[in-house]
Amino acid sequence: MSLEPRELEELKLKIGRDPTSTELQIVAAEWSEHCSYKSSKKHLKILPMDGPLVINEKGYDSGVLDVGDGYVVTAHIESHNHPSAVEPYGGAATGVGGVIRDILSAGTRPIALLDGLRFGDIEKDQHAKWLFKNAVKGVADYGNCLGIPTIGGEVEFDECYADYAMVDVAAIGFGKKENLIKNHAKKGDLVVLMGGATGRDGIGGSQFASDSLESENRSAVQIPDPFIEKLIIEAILEARNEKLIHAMKDLGGGGLSCAVSETADALDIGIEMDVDNVHTREPDMHSDEIMVSESQERMLIITDSAKLVKFQDICNKFRIECSVIGHVTLDNKMHVKKDGKTIANISTDVVANATLLDLPSKKPKYLENIEDKKSFPSLSDYSEIMLKLLASPNIASKIWVYGQYDHEVGIRTVVKPGYDASVLRLDNGKFLSIKIDGNPKQCYINPREGAIGCFEEACRNVVCTGAKPIGMLDHLQFGNPKDPEIFWTFLESLKGLTDFAKDFEIPCIGGKVSLYNETPKGSIKPTPVIGVIGLIDKKPLRIQKINSGDCLIMIGNTKDELGGSEYSEYIHKFIGGKCPTVDFSESKKNMNAVLELIETELIKSAHDCSKGGLAVAVSELCMVNLVGCTVPLDDIPGEKLDADKILFSESHSRYLVTFEKKNLQNLEGLLKKHNVSFKTIGEFGGESIQFTANSKPVIDLSVDKAQKTWLNSLKEMVMHA
Amino acid sequence: MNVGVVVFPGSNCDRDMFHVLSDVFHMTPQYCWHDKPLPENLDAVVLPGGFSYGDRLRAGVIAAHSPIIQDVKKIAEKGIPILGVCNGFQILVESGLLPGVLLKNDSLNFMCEWTNLTVENNKTPFTNKFELNEKIPIPIANGDGRYFVDDETLKELERKNQIVFKYDQVVNGSSNQIAGVCNEDGNVVGMMPHPERAAESEINPHDNKPSSLIFESLLKKIGANN
Repeated sequence: MSLEPRELEELKLKIGRDPTSTELQIVAAEWSEHCSYKSSKKHLKILPMDGPLVINEKGYDSGVLDVGDGYVVTAHIESHNHPSAVEPYGGAATGVGGVIRDILSAGTRPIALLDGLRFGDIEKDQHAKWLFKNAVKGVADYGNCLGIPTIGGEVEFDECYADYAMVDVAAIGFGKKENLIKNHAKKGDLVVLMGGATGRDGIGGSQFASDSLESENRSAVQIPDPFIEKLIIEAILEARNEKLIHAMKDLGGGGLSCAVSETADALDIGIEMDVDNVHTREPDMHSDEIMVSESQERMLIITDSAKLVKFQDICNKFRIECSVIGHVTLDNKMHVKKDGKTIANISTDVVANATLLDLPSKKPKYLENIEDKKSFPSLSDYSEIMLKLLASPNIASKIWVYGQYDHEVGIRTVVKPGYDASVLRLDNGKFLSIKIDGNPKQCYINPREGAIGCFEEACRNVVCTGAKPIGMLDHLQFGNPKDPEIFWTFLESLKGLTDFAKDFEIPCIGGKVSLYNETPKGSIKPTPVIGVIGLIDKKPLRIQKINSGDCLIMIGNTKDELGGSEYSEYIHKFIGGKCPTVDFSESKKNMNAVLELIETELIKSAHDCSKGGLAVAVSELCMVNLVGCTVPLDDIPGEKLDADKILFSESHSRYLVTFEKKNLQNLEGLLKKHNVSFKTIGEFGGESIQFTANSKPVIDLSVDKAQKTWLNSLKEMVMHA
Repeated sequence: MNVGVVVFPGSNCDRDMFHVLSDVFHMTPQYCWHDKPLPENLDAVVLPGGFSYGDRLRAGVIAAHSPIIQDVKKIAEKGIPILGVCNGFQILVESGLLPGVLLKNDSLNFMCEWTNLTVENNKTPFTNKFELNEKIPIPIANGDGRYFVDDETLKELERKNQIVFKYDQVVNGSSNQIAGVCNEDGNVVGMMPHPERAAESEINPHDNKPSSLIFESLLKKIGANN
């Protein structure tokens, strides 16, 4: 945990003297990549962050959207990759805790969580299996204890995550606009640290996360205590209702150093504090340890002396410790004392604003021919391949995961996990739909189109519930940014996301950059994870059971785009081929058409085509409803292609809509009006999932068998062998 | 109709229960903080779910020693209806108000899923509007939900008609598929599944009427008392 020589020189120049040891610790924490975004910040500015519903306030760690009638929704996404790779249970659990406190900091109640989990190949790699199992348990134990439902997410396995773990957690908050904390402070206000005691866990965590993972630094991993977090949530919300909080920030990466310097910098104030006043877990902690400890479940509150007694009463009620550690000054300095002596006194502007870098980038060599198309041997029967895909860890049902998460608590969950996107009811009669999506396989082949694809897929998922996308969260996860080739993939992904966000007028309301995701085995594939929040003004699509005789319409063209597909990579072990690309105008037309179909209330369900392509999407409808379906491949919208390309290509902007036959004419009429590419491709019935080409079956699979395989495969992989 | 909703540090279904009691069934609930005396004149008491004291030591055991439980015991003796849901059930068991124990699910995992109950006793204040053997689609969400009693006690429970709800299939390995029981007098009922998560059609993908009957039974009982 140290500054680079160049940074040390810069620090000396800025403060005009040698830094004290405490100052060095504080600055090293705050100037770490994790806290400062020094490699990425310059570039992130291109993302559109404003929109008609976006509320911008200083010092917020989460995005705020106005959802009408005096209510707001807050959202944020964070990752906890390095800690989870070393200690998956604690790493994942504290990842949940951290993002929840970001939501709480705005003065809103956390109402939902989503988690994106990525690991190595669990079929072969016992360590990956151990990481997966324990990360799921970590998320479950933390969220369940708090009573915040985990309503969705994604799980993916890829060899690029061998010996590593990606744990992304998104949190959603809800509250009244009038209760938002308007961060402010005046001279003499008190700085209070409340929550768990500061201990020796998570020391140097942010620097640990700002380097590649080479050793198992367990002391850098924080220890979770969801019970304390639950008490903090209730105490803070009670203090908020009593208007006792002037400003608030959670303690995350960099601990006190970051929270104090960033709060002071955002509010244009100074803070004088005394480490002796911090309540600690151990009596003999060094002041530097106190300043950089990343012990969890702590909040920094600014209030005044008149409100302090009431605030302390609330903390007493919940039996939470709180200490007045300092006060607000006007000199814009972070002044830290111990035993009455100054141990750090440094301008907050210097601490909180590391010099931003402009790193070189270069198109990676591996990309030169990667998108050359490749054809695979054509078969007369793909049933066996289909069954293999349904059992594959990336496509198999994730019920083993979300069945361990309380997804009902809070009684808002209208559409439960297991569908395209989950839906929450809000107090103003509206509904919120949320989904997070990533696709490292496609992002590796084409960082720009892959990232756009993740964004569009998340949009498709919320559109399938009847929601209009109103905000986006981006989580950009890459390897070492000092490698120009890796940095190029970061920039390409970012540019792609920016283009899509601007064209679709979906503001980026929050995000995170996580770099140095690599082990001695190498860097991860580019892994942007995109969260999309959609709003439903009237009613969400109430998914109904599909019966024999119901019909299936497909919207959107299937293209020759097998690159990065599960078919290429899982079945043929081939990395490469043409990456699916999003045609913006087609995408928009299709989204609008699906939203209008849902509004008519003439359809039973809408489902997007993604992983595993059309074949898997149709199978999912059959397996969930236990009904067969016959789909002639000759009828699929798009150019004429080989059977495997139609079945397994993961082209974007495609939807499957189901409905009662009597509504066929109405729906077709409506789609014609929207001028979208579509076709009625099948009818439900029978007991098998069938795809035909020239009237001959190319897939014929019993629904029952398919369903059992799909539902049980992941659990069996985890529990056995 | 005054219903006390007891809140412990770590309770997390208290607000859900409050909403259902007040907004759906138009009762007058009030939160009762664990270290304060229980208010006078309550018509019923609910112990909602959650993780009181973070499930430390054992689910429900610390809460069972809270000051308010002494008051709950007193009014239980008076015959006032008391319902414990999930962690509330665990607390009632740990405090001795109900027989048996709740152990880790046989999957060893937290389980959140929809189950089907059958009503085994329709004489309690929370089941008086059901037919015997009526089905209730309802979600569970727990890690320690496996109700266990020894064979002798099980026979006793059956003989005294203390088994209130059973799962219609094996869910977590509980004795005789028991999901809820009552005391000998029948006024104290504990159940692992969450009726407050199933009483509104908007959030119940199956049928919200059966779970609603749990609350309507209470209304009927209190109405008859007053």
